[in-house]
Amino acid sequence: MTAQPEGPVLSARSLTKRFKSGKGKEITALDAVSIDIPRSAVTGLLGPDGAGKTTLIRIATGLLVPDSGSIRVLGIDLAAHPGEVQSRAGYMPQKFGLYEDLTVQENLDLYADLHGIPKEERSKRYPELMHMTGLGRFTDRLAGRLSGGMKQKLGLACTLVRSPDILFLDEPTVGVDPLSRRELWEIVYRLVKEQGLTVLVSTSYLDEAEKCDTTVVLLQGKVLAQGSPSEISSIAEGRSFRISTPETLKPRQLQARLMEAPGVVDATLEGRLVRFVESDPGELDPALLRGLTVTPVRPRFEDAFMTLVRRTEGKERDPSEARVRLSPDQAAGVSSELVVEVRDLVKRFGAFYAVRDVTFQVRRGEIFGLLGPNGAGKSTTFRMLCGLLQATGGTLSVAGVDLHHARASARQRIGYVAQKFSLYGQLSVLENLDFFSGAYGLRGGNKKERMQWALEQFGLAQYSGSPAGQLPGGFKQRLAMACALMHEPEILFLDEPTSGVDPLARREFWHRIGSLADLGVTVIVTTHFMEEAEYCDRMVIMVDGEILAAGSPAEIRGRARMTEDREPTIEDAFISIVEDYRQERRAA
Amino acid sequence: MESLRRIRALIRKELLAVLKDPKSRFIMIGPLVFQTLIFGYAATYDLDRVRYAVHDQDRSNASRQFLAKLDGSGTFARIANLHDQKEIRALIDNKEVLLVVQIGQDFERRLIGGQIADVQVISDGRNSNTAGTALAYIGTIVESFNAEWTRSRGGLPPPAKAVPRSWYNPNLETRWFMVPGLIGMLTLVQMIILTAMSVAREREQGTFDQLLVSPFRPMEIMVGKSVPSILIGLVQSTIVLCIALFWFRIPFQGSFVTLYCGMLLFLIAAVGIGLMVSSAVATMQQALLGGFLIIMPFALLSGLSTPISNMPQAMQYLTLINPLRFAIAIVHRIFLEGAPLRVIAPDLWPLALIALASLSIAVMLFRKRLG
Repeated sequence: MTAQPEGPVLSARSLTKRFKSGKGKEITALDAVSIDIPRSAVTGLLGPDGAGKTTLIRIATGLLVPDSGSIRVLGIDLAAHPGEVQSRAGYMPQKFGLYEDLTVQENLDLYADLHGIPKEERSKRYPELMHMTGLGRFTDRLAGRLSGGMKQKLGLACTLVRSPDILFLDEPTVGVDPLSRRELWEIVYRLVKEQGLTVLVSTSYLDEAEKCDTTVVLLQGKVLAQGSPSEISSIAEGRSFRISTPETLKPRQLQARLMEAPGVVDATLEGRLVRFVESDPGELDPALLRGLTVTPVRPRFEDAFMTLVRRTEGKERDPSEARVRLSPDQAAGVSSELVVEVRDLVKRFGAFYAVRDVTFQVRRGEIFGLLGPNGAGKSTTFRMLCGLLQATGGTLSVAGVDLHHARASARQRIGYVAQKFSLYGQLSVLENLDFFSGAYGLRGGNKKERMQWALEQFGLAQYSGSPAGQLPGGFKQRLAMACALMHEPEILFLDEPTSGVDPLARREFWHRIGSLADLGVTVIVTTHFMEEAEYCDRMVIMVDGEILAAGSPAEIRGRARMTEDREPTIEDAFISIVEDYRQERRAA
Repeated sequence: MESLRRIRALIRKELLAVLKDPKSRFIMIGPLVFQTLIFGYAATYDLDRVRYAVHDQDRSNASRQFLAKLDGSGTFARIANLHDQKEIRALIDNKEVLLVVQIGQDFERRLIGGQIADVQVISDGRNSNTAGTALAYIGTIVESFNAEWTRSRGGLPPPAKAVPRSWYNPNLETRWFMVPGLIGMLTLVQMIILTAMSVAREREQGTFDQLLVSPFRPMEIMVGKSVPSILIGLVQSTIVLCIALFWFRIPFQGSFVTLYCGMLLFLIAAVGIGLMVSSAVATMQQALLGGFLIIMPFALLSGLSTPISNMPQAMQYLTLINPLRFAIAIVHRIFLEGAPLRVIAPDLWPLALIALASLSIAVMLFRKRLG
């Protein structure tokens, strides 16, 4: 490696980029962004969807040209010599172009060929990469057969095949299970430590920010803050608290109330405890917390992030709009009545068991979570529950029937939101609502009323005439939910409702789900975001088609190994449970 | 009632999805008009200005008379007068002419002497269709030359003479045959692709699952998918019909009611085939390929490009499952001959059978796929 001049490896000054969107409208993706990225360190780029993260990375790799501003990468002016920068930079986009019909080795060879890596260098480089990513045993496997996490590792290996000086990673951990996420981060750190690599990584997982050396917080194309995670966290100094939930309430109900209270920027669940962040010290009405034990806690990155975001967005996001109100006759509340019963459920595709001996029950008004990494069998279980797939073995009953064999009218009692929000993209919001209410036989005044309800409750009125396909991610999810709720179902199935949705929209979403459950709607939800499990009343953890653990969030948490000084999270518990399971299998 | 309401919602949604977007509206109509015009003008077996050369060794009054008839017919255009037999090969090989007419040096002498005088016609057999038609034309011209020659010499007229009268298409214009046939052909293509794609699109976008978890019964989904396609098909066949009537001014002899009865049956059959394709495929790409896989043999075995009676017997049997074969027969008979319902019945009931079969198979495949 040639000697580098000291100073930042990448420095951008007042970068601005606008995109045309449809009829004469313009979107400012980046608005006078100036950042510096230090050498041999990991810089995290954080922000919700549409903040401008991908645009910034694409400009830094020379794939996009900014409208104004300048950027120097590795001491080279990018505008003048883009080729020189590109030959020394590695870039892994969100959807990395792996060839699914080629094996791991063939993919590597292909990228080595593309970059013109000589044979002798390959024989040195390959073992390193294989060792680092742990893919050595799978070189003959087709890339399409790898799990989500292994695909990302292979993508990383292909990007690293020619030892770049700077590495750009665009949301490398989206859709990757916690275990693989942890491993990916370990790989990145080893590269920084051993090879002095400089890394810029974008992510919308706020907990990953704490793993970075420095962070840049982006929102609506503007840089809100820049600094080390602890510097940023200190913004919320003296404003983060934790309270324990009184016996009379569910933690998520307390959390929902805090979310709605003025002066609170964020509230999250930690078992029986609720953590909240004040917008300014002393802003919160003390009467609200009367009789509750409030403990100040050390702020974390997420607290500061939410403070920054709320400050910028002002009153635009009113959490009270996120509360779903159903018609009063549905306000049933929680009962002990079982609405879903699954016993020894099996689904086999050829010789492959997608679901094996799964048993669980769900009571009316519960939020029930199916957690697990991609490919664990969550969606397959779901599709069987909704009647889309026939079970190979076992029994299942939803609202008293097996939907696969029951009369079509039995499906009137369930609502289903598929993994990618299944809407008619060309049709407007209103036309989608109209179709789905017609599909469930609504008509006349009742139909009009429900459509009005959907527009109001989901804040969709402003978009009522826009094609569903062009809505921002969070609004697509809202519309999908609204369509599934038009006929006031008793049971709501949500398959990965928060995947591809940013942290802010996810908070709103869980807020809505909580109020639905309080009204007696049974909610069954799959997710691979472990922290979201806190919102569930009960859950099961699935891996390789089997249930490894079941219980309330507190019970699941209890299974985490106590190794660190902080309190265990559901994610820690998940990792311990999966590691134990894998060890057992290896031993067997 | 409930069921009808659900079907109505589905039909409205389908029509909206197709008709809302200006681009897909154009795709429904633009190519259809374009193709009808292209076929109407380009697909013709009628001869016009066939290029030919003459090698007249006789250079007599008689030979000039004969050639004047050829030139005066309007069908042939003389582009060269040859002086040497050797020039013929190059002209034919380079496709400069389709025919060479060679008149021997004793042409007039033999005619006067009452002997048979040969006119040799060399044609380019590489283009057998056109050459055949052109040779037949020349035959007619020779015949009329003979009649005139005998008459001018005061001789008896030829003993027997064929007097052709083509009913329903007096000038035997290919266009009169081709354009009405397109009413069936083009709508078939659009129907199969449209129907197959509309289901495949929903599969690809995941909205199909959304339909399956709602109270729709499989039958309702089938009806809701068929009706919009059939409505669009009716509009499309009307467009082709209008071009035939008002642009090409092909006289319409029959009843529109009878024509639309036949078309409706045909459209149901075509949609049934589209649904069959859609229940067998998973993606839009497969739907498109699968659709064309079926359309090509249907088009070739329809009788529009080559007469069915000329096909080998086995192929002729195969045409019996082709809805396009019956549709084209029906359209031709109503359009050109003005056939009433009673007369086209032998073509209608097979169409009804095909419609019934394709829809039943589609429902069966659909059910089977749902497990």
